[in-house]
Amino acid sequence: MSETYIEETTEAAARVASRLRIDRREFMQFCAATATTLGLSTGAEAAIAKAVEKAKRPSVIWLHFQECTGCSESLLRAEHPTLEKLILDVISLDYHETLMAAAGHQAEAARKAAMKANKGKYILVVEGAIPTKQNGIYCKVGGQTAIDMLKECAADAAAVIAIGSCASWGGMPSTIPSISGADSSPTGSSGVADVLGKPVVTIPGCPPNPYNFLATAVHFLTFGKLPDIDQLGRPKFAYGRIIHEHCERRAHFDAGRFALEFGDEGHRKGYCLYKLGCKGPETYANCSTIGFGDVGESNWPVACGHPCIGCTEKGIGFTKPIHATAQLRGMSPPASYPGIVEQQGKTSFASAAALAAIAGAAAGGAAMLAKNLGKQDETQAQKKGE
Amino acid sequence: MANHAHAPRPLGGSFLSPLTLLLGVLAAIAGVILVYRFIYGLGAVTNLNDGYPWGIWIAYDVVIGSALACGGYSMALLVYIFNKGQYHPLVRPALLASLFGYTLAGVSVIFDLGRWWNFWHIFWPGYAQVNSVMFEVAVCISAYIVVMWIEFSPAFLEKWGMKDVRQKLNKLLFFFIALGVLLPSMHQSSLGSLLVIFGEQIHPLWRSGMMLPVIYLVTAILLGFAVVIFEATLSSTGFKRQLETPVLTPLARIMYWTLAAYVALRVIEIVARGALGTAFAATWQAFWFWVEMACFVVPLVTLASENARRSASKLFVGAVLLMLGGFMLRVNGFLVGYMTGEGWSYFPSLAELMVTIGIIAFEILAYIYIVRNYPVLPAAQPASR
Repeated sequence: MSETYIEETTEAAARVASRLRIDRREFMQFCAATATTLGLSTGAEAAIAKAVEKAKRPSVIWLHFQECTGCSESLLRAEHPTLEKLILDVISLDYHETLMAAAGHQAEAARKAAMKANKGKYILVVEGAIPTKQNGIYCKVGGQTAIDMLKECAADAAAVIAIGSCASWGGMPSTIPSISGADSSPTGSSGVADVLGKPVVTIPGCPPNPYNFLATAVHFLTFGKLPDIDQLGRPKFAYGRIIHEHCERRAHFDAGRFALEFGDEGHRKGYCLYKLGCKGPETYANCSTIGFGDVGESNWPVACGHPCIGCTEKGIGFTKPIHATAQLRGMSPPASYPGIVEQQGKTSFASAAALAAIAGAAAGGAAMLAKNLGKQDETQAQKKGE
Repeated sequence: MANHAHAPRPLGGSFLSPLTLLLGVLAAIAGVILVYRFIYGLGAVTNLNDGYPWGIWIAYDVVIGSALACGGYSMALLVYIFNKGQYHPLVRPALLASLFGYTLAGVSVIFDLGRWWNFWHIFWPGYAQVNSVMFEVAVCISAYIVVMWIEFSPAFLEKWGMKDVRQKLNKLLFFFIALGVLLPSMHQSSLGSLLVIFGEQIHPLWRSGMMLPVIYLVTAILLGFAVVIFEATLSSTGFKRQLETPVLTPLARIMYWTLAAYVALRVIEIVARGALGTAFAATWQAFWFWVEMACFVVPLVTLASENARRSASKLFVGAVLLMLGGFMLRVNGFLVGYMTGEGWSYFPSLAELMVTIGIIAFEILAYIYIVRNYPVLPAAQPASR
């Protein structure tokens, strides 16, 4: 990296810092943290910083359909930096039903204006599932069905990101247990990819970790493309591994120490929650490594004592009963478990008897020898006497 | 210094006897158990547990075994440092006993290592933890074993007629003899330092803090003298030779005053630390403490007069008691007085015991073989002194 490059980056960072009213160090920390979350190599934070400092902020249109706004709420809880401090300044959030000041027709007009002005360049973020039954009449915004609005917005978008499990595959609305035994939900809730008929980037989770979304968005800003994804559209940097692999309670699983019910001794001691139905062994996500709520790695469901419900995984979250045991993926339990209760010592009567016999024999031998030596002493004394 | 009138000669005679056969059987049993232990692990053979990771293989084979093997050290100290040439005939046999004692103590450490195949790590710069007392003990004992083989090598060289090598070695021998005095002073005190590290886990009666190295060093010297008397008496009766009492009597005098100094040190240390009260509690520790102290105090009474020290039987009994005392001090420190927490206990298994017995048997067997075939014991006793 040349010196002028470093200087440029430093200057750029200073400009962003003054624009965002945060200090330069805090801004660089955000860039470095994002680069780390993405698993990028050294130097990437500088590239990120350069991308973020651009005066022209990319336009973002954020749609809400069948959802609870939990994903937006989760994003609002991101503190490194806070959403209003950075993301609202880095991106131009032109349409977001919860956060925007505009209402009614004014809001829809803003969306259309943004779409027109940034044709082919804006990022479309979708939160919530899209009902498909009955031509999608179960969810309308401004008189327009969710299906129509999604298709309209997606047509000219540079990238589409589905945030949350609902937008990813249908999530909770799609898995309401139906009385008739049929699989689908009453409204035919579907994910973005199904409706558009093409793969999109998905950030599943209920809610997803805000940093997985931020990192994906920043990756797009920095490199002009979305990060590597798996066959389900999930970024590999965040969903490449099973939760169980990096779980802090994994050692208990391997040692066969399980909590058997809430509040029992094992539960209080922090044992593995597998037998309480933890879905960590069959769910792909990075919850066990980055945690939630910016209070350290130990803040996530399993660390709090509740089994993982598998919210990021289609067919597991909202589908399998919470306390049904998980299917173990890519691992088998050890053939034998080390003992939990160690034997504290045992007495051996055979060795005690042997020891006594040896001691007796040695004492006897020594006494006999001493006696003979005594006799020799006497004869010698007698000789001297003579 | 060597008196040519009674220069050492091979004893000769048949190696096979009922005694050597018995010893051979015992050593073979230990060998079989050890093979089993190396294949199936410590848990399959010993009664060791998480509370007592060290059993008799360390407490006896290493700590006591090396202390009982201090005859060579004590005699070298006396003959070469304090220049008491009259004890020279006792040096070689004492050195031989020490040689086996130490070599087997060193080898025994491997028996007790969970991952015994990694034993060489302690000598490898990248692995060694140079701030550890264990490292000091391990390196020092290993070095001393090598030094002792060199110290003893004149006996082999004489037998094999390698005069040239012997002459060259003689010029360098003073250096190895000096090392042979320095090294045991270091590691015998370090064996006490191990207990310093155990700290509060040791019963107050043996928790002597920084005096522990001194206590272990002094008793090691004391044991060295006692073992020389014991072993000289045994080999005289066993090989039907004349008793060496005339040489042993002045040695016993030195031993007696060392003993007096030790008992004074031990009692003053316990009283000064305010631990004496625990000796009167109704505990096993207190009981074994009194047994240990009795072993040291009884010889202090019975060997008080010069006359008593001329009696072969009193000398022998005194030496045996002192060996027992040194044995008890170490067993008490490492096992009886080791309090690792509620519920933990340890008593050696029969297999563990058989290994220890087998090692002792092997030591005696090798001693008998070497004194019969190599020049170790003085050729003839002087008619009068």
